[in-house]
Amino acid sequence: MDQKAYKRWQEEVKKAKTRDAKFITASGNPVELMGIPDMLEDFDYDRDLGMPGQFPFTRGVHANMYRGRLWTMRQFAGFGSPEDTNARFKYLLENGQTGLSVAFDLPTLMGRDSDDPWSEGEVGICGVSVSSLRDMEILFDGIPLDKVSTSMTINSPAIILLAFYVAVAEKQGVSPEQLRGTVQNDILKEYIAQKEYIFPPNPSMRIIVDMIEYCTEKMPLWNTISISGYHIREAGSTALQELAFTLADGFAYIEAALERGLDIDEFAPRLSFFFNSHNDFFEEVAKFRAARRIYAKRMRDKYGAKKERSWILRFHTQTAGCTLTAQQPENNIVRVAYQALAAVFGGTQSLHTNSMDETLALPSEKAVKIALRTQQILAYETGVPHTIDPFGGSYFMEDLTNKMEQGAEEYFQKIDDLGGVIPAIEKGFFQKEIAQAAYRYQVEIENGDRYIVGVNAFKEKNEKIEIPLLQVSPEVEKRQVERLKALKRERDNTKVNSLLKELRQAAVENKNLMPVIVECAKAYATVGEMVNTLKEVFGEYRESADF
Amino acid sequence: MEKKIRVLVAKAGLDGHDRGAKVVASFFRDAGFEVIYSGLRQTPQMIVDTALQEDVDVIAISILSGAHMMVFPKILELMKKNNMNDVLLTGGGIMSEDDIKKLEELGTGRLFGPGSSLKEAVEYIRDWYRKNKKIPNEE
Repeated sequence: MDQKAYKRWQEEVKKAKTRDAKFITASGNPVELMGIPDMLEDFDYDRDLGMPGQFPFTRGVHANMYRGRLWTMRQFAGFGSPEDTNARFKYLLENGQTGLSVAFDLPTLMGRDSDDPWSEGEVGICGVSVSSLRDMEILFDGIPLDKVSTSMTINSPAIILLAFYVAVAEKQGVSPEQLRGTVQNDILKEYIAQKEYIFPPNPSMRIIVDMIEYCTEKMPLWNTISISGYHIREAGSTALQELAFTLADGFAYIEAALERGLDIDEFAPRLSFFFNSHNDFFEEVAKFRAARRIYAKRMRDKYGAKKERSWILRFHTQTAGCTLTAQQPENNIVRVAYQALAAVFGGTQSLHTNSMDETLALPSEKAVKIALRTQQILAYETGVPHTIDPFGGSYFMEDLTNKMEQGAEEYFQKIDDLGGVIPAIEKGFFQKEIAQAAYRYQVEIENGDRYIVGVNAFKEKNEKIEIPLLQVSPEVEKRQVERLKALKRERDNTKVNSLLKELRQAAVENKNLMPVIVECAKAYATVGEMVNTLKEVFGEYRESADF
Repeated sequence: MEKKIRVLVAKAGLDGHDRGAKVVASFFRDAGFEVIYSGLRQTPQMIVDTALQEDVDVIAISILSGAHMMVFPKILELMKKNNMNDVLLTGGGIMSEDDIKKLEELGTGRLFGPGSSLKEAVEYIRDWYRKNKKIPNEE
């Protein structure tokens, strides 16, 4: 670099008029005005980037990336009754969506049946209500499970919903080894961020390892966990915290499975990740690139995985729901498009684009179609997927990627010093870090240090927010409760009771829970019955109310 | 000693999304309110019981799950039963303008939808306190 020219440039920058604005990332870090070669003095192409599909996978996980196959367009959907969501699934498949993604309602996520007193007012509201195999049969009616891949966002009771899925498939004549899909099954981020936990951390980890063990043997195409940063970010973390905490969770699962005596090269290829794509474009791209590199290095060098497939971090991305605004909701289409673009520059394997109306309700049909079309325009019109990692080698981007990696390593050290992920959760470490970042971000908005178009800048006077919203009828709850009551009358209750006893026994004796849960599912035992049985053995988790 | 406005920030129902509740609780604290945070998974009965025990001036509900049309009316009913006429019920979260209007007509205080300003919420509570409680010796 011509040092004379550089000096002159620096002088000119100093003298130049600067806009009255804060040049910080969405995470609050200062941004370099420009990347320069000096930032990458130690840069080594082969060591730091390499070829796509080769260690350390910084540029991507496939040799030809999106020329081989585009990312999977997967819109998360679920509301009301299983019939309602079944119709939405069919609508999305007809419009060119390539995989299903199920959103369950809060009672289901918390392991409660639709007739539980805690479920009142929440049945079918923020996802589909599933209390038994009967509901699951309706949910996937007419959808061939040997053809589609299904992602299920379910955590605490994931083992039960997976058993329902296996049982529905069996009724369609599809065997477990043919099933493709994912259960989110990431309990650690529940304690850290989303807070839909049921059991304490240790028994929860045991259930997860049970599922990994079962799937490794019986469901080779199934992704056993989707280790999720999405919710950590939505809870208010920075990009770096999302990256570091999510990878730390991933390593905790790997260590738990290794402790059980499982072979890393048997189970690691079925682990996948799930990240958020937020507003700050470059920071997001750097985050995705750093994630692949950190993971590959640790898997090979720390955990000793031998297969290349085990070193690969594959991930799903969802655009950031928390960045959307209720004000001027059409603007959200644009936000989502930029966020989707960052995810694709970052090399995502699948993508959910949020709908413009999601700050107020679950998406309407029209809004979700625009969100899907946003991905299709990106895939087929922009030319972006034709080339791989176009930011690779950019001084600015490589510097940012390096900083992400270094920052994550510092967090890993802090977590180790606290005794690992679970002790750090119990000490409230992650929760406090995230809450502080969320607060700082909100105060920046309140003080006008950060602009949100339509909210604290470029506001419409006397704006009336008028977009059609999806309404879930209170009738859904009534019908779901009636269906559950009928089911409990009609099924073989002697069999259900004896299977629930077996489940309790397996829990006490540390046997793998999956086979008996599949039997319970087939006998139409409910989510609530199974979870309550397990609560008797494992207890329930409570967190302290700090802010 | 100056009397501080006492606010119970509460999460109702099964909803575990506590970003909003925590941000609001911190902002209220920094604005000089005395803040009690309920923690997660509270029934309307539990919230009203805490409000009585803690002798709060304001109950502020944070809700994302869509169950607001059940939660707010139940809390209002319990507040009436307990003669809590001098306690303000307010809140914020993922609620449409139509729902907010309906709930305010039922008798809640002002409710805040997505994108609301925290400063405005603080001003609203201070204003309510001045008008409805004896001496405005806050600030």
